[in-house]
Amino acid sequence: MGEEPSIWEYFTRNWSTGQPGSIDTLLGDHIVMSLLPIVAALAFAIPIGLACVRWRLLYQPTAGLVNIIYALPSLALFGVFLAVTGLSQATVIIPLTFYAVAVLVPAVVDGLRSVPEHVRQSAVAMGFTPLRRLTRVELPLAAPVVLAGLRVAAVSSISLVSVGALVGMGGLGYLFIRAWQIDYFAPAIVGIVGIVLLALIVDGILVVSQRLLTPWVRARRSG
Amino acid sequence: MITFDGVTKRYADGTVAVDDLHLEAPTGEITVFVGPSGCGKTTSLRMINRMIDATHGTISLDGVDVRTIDPPTLRRGIGYVIQQAGLFPHRTIVDNIATVPHLLGWSRKKARAHALELLDRVGLAPELAGRYPFQLSGGQQQRVGVARALAADPPVLLMDEPFSAVDPVVRTSLQDELLRLQAELNKTIVFVTHDIDEAIKLGDRVAVLRVGGRLAQVAAPAALLSAPADEFVAEFLGRDRGIRRLSFVSDASLRLRPDLTVPASSPVSEAAGRAASAQSPWLAVVDAGDRPLGWVNPAELPRDGTLEGVRLLPYGTFVHGRDSLRTALDAALLSPSGCAIAVAEDGGAVVGVATRESLDEALALAASDVGNGDPANG
Ligand SMILES: Nc1ncnc2c1ncn2[C@@H]1O[C@H](COP(=O)(O)OP(=O)(O)O)[C@@H](O)[C@H]1O
Ligand SMILES: [Mg+2]
Repeated sequence: MGEEPSIWEYFTRNWSTGQPGSIDTLLGDHIVMSLLPIVAALAFAIPIGLACVRWRLLYQPTAGLVNIIYALPSLALFGVFLAVTGLSQATVIIPLTFYAVAVLVPAVVDGLRSVPEHVRQSAVAMGFTPLRRLTRVELPLAAPVVLAGLRVAAVSSISLVSVGALVGMGGLGYLFIRAWQIDYFAPAIVGIVGIVLLALIVDGILVVSQRLLTPWVRARRSG
Repeated sequence: MITFDGVTKRYADGTVAVDDLHLEAPTGEITVFVGPSGCGKTTSLRMINRMIDATHGTISLDGVDVRTIDPPTLRRGIGYVIQQAGLFPHRTIVDNIATVPHLLGWSRKKARAHALELLDRVGLAPELAGRYPFQLSGGQQQRVGVARALAADPPVLLMDEPFSAVDPVVRTSLQDELLRLQAELNKTIVFVTHDIDEAIKLGDRVAVLRVGGRLAQVAAPAALLSAPADEFVAEFLGRDRGIRRLSFVSDASLRLRPDLTVPASSPVSEAAGRAASAQSPWLAVVDAGDRPLGWVNPAELPRDGTLEGVRLLPYGTFVHGRDSLRTALDAALLSPSGCAIAVAEDGGAVVGVATRESLDEALALAASDVGNGDPANG
């Protein structure tokens, strides 16, 4: 055996090898498995949140359920889905969607509740139809709170994907297992740096889109 | 015209907020709903644009039952202003104003151009157009609220305590602004307030409501002050309603004396002679343009020199032919002479002096009108 490769060497040697463990493939899987749940969760959380605001009685039971889901250990949930969906990305994507829903439902509810009553009333008085009021007034005003929830959901989803490595679907998390298998730390470092960088980039993109989508919030801070 | 015909609102919890209301808000006039908190003012107002539906009775706009009109369509034709302005925090001022034109499908360009005109109309600088609501003061936000309500030129305007949350100075200027706009626009306005002074200042007609949503009296402000229908209305109007009623009595009945002025350039001796022949201790000193400078009592002055440089005593003025008897009385009370100086609307030259005697006569005449002239319900 020759000298052990440096971290950088490990990275370049394993990038784009065309093999299953190639780092670029792992990264691509990681992005899909962490962000697809976020998009799916938003699509679920908005109608659920709307229903909770519309029918107040629904909120407590929904919040309770959502908290229980959030409390379930991810590994256990992955294990359950391994039995259902087998060795496919769905095994990780579905549980992570649950977690993201758990974060986003309260965010949507809080966001909608943050719309001042007099603003809602004046929208009604000006002749907005209910749908238009929702899309032009209530959701835009809820956006800052929802986007804050989205940041939390996205970062925790990126981090949780790696746990999936223990059931064989972990994106960059595979590198931790690899490090343990070959008893050498370089892959683990590459994995950690990769996950942290990915989280930072996604969070940065969300911060920028928050600024672009909600200019009135930024104006308030600097004004 | 907005007509309430036997309108009752009972909420789901059994609260009767409005009880058998019969009322007309005539076209082109300001009708004020006034009464203590919880007497059903907001409920009454919101039944007009169907934000609340009446339990019994009908509300009609120019004879058309509002319940036959689809709510969003109805509301786009009725301006609405509320206490906190209710501006959209996420839209710029110009876009806030253009809201209803936008809903009505005007082109973006046309709606914005019109919004900029309205901004000017309510007395706001064009620089504010691109700002967000929180960057404006409370008074400015209220002006935007009024501009937004006027944007699609609705014939009817509903205003729910629009000026209650701003400080008194700003409130006065917003009230004056509303009266100025109304003089140009002649909207049918229903204005809700709990402030009787505001009601009396703004209303062509004032409807006083009592808790339980019952109409106590509806009348023109002067009639309300001179002939309150009952104890509740009298109490609500407050103690000094006699004095306040004078705001609605013109100064035409005031006899003015032309012989109580003296130019500042006159010698003191001449002033003394003039005072003696006018049989008045007091003379109003005027400048070369006949504008008032103050009062003197020539008998108290040394007999040499002119009135220039003499210490003058404070005075009060009212505009002849425009101000009310109340303003004239107030002007008299601002001077040790007890007299009020009438000035011309243009230039401010002295027209004459209202003495205590002439004020007395005018007050007696005004008092004799109480119970005769203005009908209690009209
Ligand atoms: N949604 C509602 N449900 C039950 N009671 C209400 C509701 N809205 C108002 N009320 C009651 O109706 C009465 C009149 O209310 P409101 O019209 O708001 O009075 P005002 O505007 O004169 O203060 C009050 O007693 C109030 O508590
Ligand atoms: Mg009210």
